[in-house]
Amino acid sequence: MAQEAPVRGREVIADPPEDTPNTIWTRRDFFTAAGWGAVLVYLGTVLLAFTRFMFPRVLFEPNPVFDAGAPESYLVGIVDERFKNEKRVWIVRTEEGFYAIQAICTHLGCTPNWLKAENKFKCPCHGSGFKRDGANFEGPAPRPLDRVKIVRTPEGKLIVDKSAIYRMAPGVPPTVQYPQSILKA
Amino acid sequence: MLKERLKALKRTIAESPVWRSMFRHDYRDTQRNRVLMIMANVWLHLHPPKVRRHAIRIRFTWCMGGITFLFFLVLTVTGVVLMFYYRPVAEYAYADMKYLQFDVPFGMLVRNMHRWAAHGMVLSVWLHMFRVFMTGSYKAPREFNWVVGVILLTLTLLLSFTGYLLPWDQLSIWAVTVGTNMARATPLLGHEGPFAEVVGVTPRYDARAFLLGGTIVGPPTLLRFYVLHCIFLPILASVLMIVHFWRIRKDGGISGPL
Repeated sequence: MAQEAPVRGREVIADPPEDTPNTIWTRRDFFTAAGWGAVLVYLGTVLLAFTRFMFPRVLFEPNPVFDAGAPESYLVGIVDERFKNEKRVWIVRTEEGFYAIQAICTHLGCTPNWLKAENKFKCPCHGSGFKRDGANFEGPAPRPLDRVKIVRTPEGKLIVDKSAIYRMAPGVPPTVQYPQSILKA
Repeated sequence: MLKERLKALKRTIAESPVWRSMFRHDYRDTQRNRVLMIMANVWLHLHPPKVRRHAIRIRFTWCMGGITFLFFLVLTVTGVVLMFYYRPVAEYAYADMKYLQFDVPFGMLVRNMHRWAAHGMVLSVWLHMFRVFMTGSYKAPREFNWVVGVILLTLTLLLSFTGYLLPWDQLSIWAVTVGTNMARATPLLGHEGPFAEVVGVTPRYDARAFLLGGTIVGPPTLLRFYVLHCIFLPILASVLMIVHFWRIRKDGGISGPL
């Protein structure tokens, strides 16, 4: 008996009819989902692995802790610039004691200059101005300059630890925010 | 006599198996052969065999898109040439740049071409965007192409930014310091941004550290920016340019009527 040969290219590959038994899924659907699922799991894993890959476990950066020398070498009322270029820190000695200000402008990270004649720190990048204690009073800087920890060793040397940052919030004087930032003389 | 001999020689070559294995069509100037020749060639078939007359309306386009692409090609070629001498290592980067300028023949020319083309490309891509806007060429059916174009603009600026670090001079380091300091204020992903506590990002592990390869602008930053500048961003830009040019063709050709 002659039969119509199916036109392979044109017919829609249909799902089986609704009432066919044992067809929650066809085998085709299962393997399609499993296949794409495997691809997505692989890509997701690769993405996570790559993200972790970009954060190395060891960084070769300078030691944040450094020896700041003898306390007697710092004069009262002076902003000392000896570690500004190498360590980006000013050490200020007052009647009360010592504190260490980070020479990083709180606007976008440039190194401000200490203008002794005008008694202020002034950033060359966008003109932010800070008072002697680090408080911002002019320009785009939103908050005072951060301070870092300064301690005295039992032998009497000064040690500065730049990884211990006293991050200043806007609007409050630095000494009020972090009284512990001052090392008593 | 010579002419006859040359003609015979030409015929011998053109009918030889070696020649015909490489070049499958001749240069007969018929409409059919023109199309056949172009469509059968892998390089030539990227362009249509014919262009519409409106495609050469320079006053309409100022040719800004084409100029941007030309700058991109110049940058790619000069960039590859510069790679023969430049090492993306903090210890050598600046010295290599000076070496290229003064101790390599034509090095100054290549380096300057690269720099000028970079600034030129940024300028021309803005003018191109401006032109597309002013002529309404972003309207339907070209809206998607506008979006692709904006992404290409972003990639151009990122290429410029990453390339700027590579000479490793004062301008470079401070530009990257300021630029990446903005990254630390990203919501969720930056350690000084809003919702930082939700994700738990720290200065050591945040979006800024991802860019810098650490907490400071240093040798890892240089290497990362080099890879971004020479591999990742150019590939991304090329992929999107393919889409961008294809969409123009499919929407009726450059400067087509709306």
